[in-house]
Amino acid sequence: MKTDALRRWLRIWGTREAYQGLLLVAPTLLWMTALLIIPLLLTVVISFGGRDANGDVVYGFSLANYLRLLDPLYVGILWRSVVLAFQTTVLVILVAFPIAYFVARAPAGRRNAYLFLILVPLWTNFVIRIYAWIMILRTQGVLNGVLGWAAGLIGLPFQPLDLYPSPGAVLVGMLYEFLPFMILPIFTSLEKIDESLFEAAADLGANAVRTFLRVTLPLALPGMVAGTILVFVPVMGSFIVSDILGGRNVVLVGNLIQRQFLDARDPAFGSAASIILMAMTLVVTIIYTRRFGFGEEIVRA
Amino acid sequence: MAEFAVELRDVSKRFPGPSGEIVNAVREVTLQIKDGEFFSMLGPSGCGKTTSLRMIAGFELPTSGEVYIHGKPMGQTPPYQRPVNTVFQNYALFPHMTIGENVGFGLEMKGVPKAQRTARVQQALAMVRLPGYEARRSRQMSGGQQQRVALARALVNHPEVLLLDEPLGALDFKLRKEMQLELKRLQREVGITFVYVTHDQEEALTMSDRIAVMSGGRVLQVGPAFEIYERPNCRFVADFIGESNFLDATVQDVQGPTATVTLTGGLTVYANTDLSLTRGQAVTVAVRPEKVGLRPYEGAQNAFPGRVEEIVYIGTDTHYSVMLNGDQRLRVREQNEDPYSRPLANPGDAVTVYFDQAAARVLTE
Ligand SMILES: Nc1ncnc2c1ncn2[C@@H]1O[C@H](COP(=O)(O)OP(=O)(O)OP(=O)(O)O)[C@@H](O)[C@H]1O
Ligand SMILES: [Mg+2]
Repeated sequence: MKTDALRRWLRIWGTREAYQGLLLVAPTLLWMTALLIIPLLLTVVISFGGRDANGDVVYGFSLANYLRLLDPLYVGILWRSVVLAFQTTVLVILVAFPIAYFVARAPAGRRNAYLFLILVPLWTNFVIRIYAWIMILRTQGVLNGVLGWAAGLIGLPFQPLDLYPSPGAVLVGMLYEFLPFMILPIFTSLEKIDESLFEAAADLGANAVRTFLRVTLPLALPGMVAGTILVFVPVMGSFIVSDILGGRNVVLVGNLIQRQFLDARDPAFGSAASIILMAMTLVVTIIYTRRFGFGEEIVRA
Repeated sequence: MAEFAVELRDVSKRFPGPSGEIVNAVREVTLQIKDGEFFSMLGPSGCGKTTSLRMIAGFELPTSGEVYIHGKPMGQTPPYQRPVNTVFQNYALFPHMTIGENVGFGLEMKGVPKAQRTARVQQALAMVRLPGYEARRSRQMSGGQQQRVALARALVNHPEVLLLDEPLGALDFKLRKEMQLELKRLQREVGITFVYVTHDQEEALTMSDRIAVMSGGRVLQVGPAFEIYERPNCRFVADFIGESNFLDATVQDVQGPTATVTLTGGLTVYANTDLSLTRGQAVTVAVRPEKVGLRPYEGAQNAFPGRVEEIVYIGTDTHYSVMLNGDQRLRVREQNEDPYSRPLANPGDAVTVYFDQAAARVLTE
């Protein structure tokens, strides 16, 4: 039995493809070990420690940091992060779908141009783009300016809207930031749909609306699933958007963690929060993928 | 009910081409397809078969002319309101639905209640010999099975007309033969008008009640297989369906159905005609290779000496390429009746070719 397994193992390793495969993944493997696995283990270890008066880590084993996270203040922060991630994902899907649909149904020659336009904003630094939203949303900003001007035209009194800083501004920023990551996978799903499926649906008596609901939407689902993972996970951990557009009122787990490391100088508590964030993201992702898969099985067909 | 299931009156379709030019995909086509008929549209690639079919289905609208289904002008009627169903060349089964859901889709759209739907889906799948396949997915089925599902999905709706665009194109030779018979059986069973597009002449000849031969967007000839094969009305049809020898000739004399023509090499040929010809007119004489023989027989109106240039053995038959003394080449096809398939003549041999007046047909186009 044992020698059989050994022989099989040797045979697999003896084939050239196996060696080549190992060589190919080796750099990535090293990189991941050095920069992901080891830091992760360190984070776990530190999260059970504490801090001394200077803010240095004191190693040890206590659950104090985790228990501290049960404080309603922190539970609220965690909850708000999850809710915001959900809201962002839903909003991004709603906005991304029509855009992806439009691009996928555009003449083949124009599609690349549209995709290019969707990606162009990513060339500008992310922080700068989020700052730009301040210019748009603040009391004397572009949006209020335009609204005030429009109200003036029709003679309505206008009180500048208090849009920034606010949770709404954070949502808008998140939507803006993550839109391309939803458009692209949905576009890929939609583009793959064979034109004749739409004709088959029409042929069988489905009008445009029913064709959309029964054919287009289900076949775009893999893209939405992939996009959801690409959006939900980073939103859960993000802190820059909420920092810039939310002011001090919108504190997410990301902000909490960042502040523990940089302001409060309590890396142990920050590590515990990081681990909890990871666990929450993992749980949501697992539940989600159990339900919808990674969006691949329909694509395979 | 109107006399014709489908009628095309003077239908044309023009597309804008890739570099701004106009593509005349279908030109002034007039067709009448009878109720319950197995009607084929046959022609080479790009002749406008698919476009014609798509105009019946409503996926394309004619640039001019009108499509009638059971006497009703279709105008701008969208596909989902036309009483026709289509079997697509690539089957176009919905990958996210089970076979049962696929087949029941049309009924669902019509609002047929679930219980009734299930029964009819079951029936339709049994009809195409796939009973109990409801829970499968299309990717778990072979090409031939998917083909049948596509058929069931269309037939379950009892359309007035079933449109099929090269539905057997993707199948291998043997399966295609099987499915041809199956389709014909189904058509007889359900009695629905089939409009069948193919570029495979044998397929069209085997299955159809009538065939329309198309070329360059036009319908050249419409008729039953026998008529299309035996009495082609132009050179294209004689050439595209089966095989023909074409001999250039000048009309000498016409007596009723008999035309006396002189080949460019000087030989005199007696041929059948139903055209009004004038003396001296340049014509083509079409002769099928299998209707020419190397064995002498009583009463052959045409007998010409020649020399065998080449012979090709193809199993059941042997083809002889014979150069006539008058300087025209004639392909002759003889069955290999000899138990050892010994050829009747070898290259270089002097032979006489014989053919009946009825085997030669005068064509002007
Ligand atoms: N949507 C379109 N846009 C432009 N030209 C088209 C379009 N559809 C068809 N054509 C052109 O019209 C002509 C007829 O096409 P069609 O598809 O009807 O041919 P077909 O007889 O079905 O050929 P095949 O046997 O290859 O399927 C072709 O020259 C084709 O290039
Ligand atoms: Mg075609």
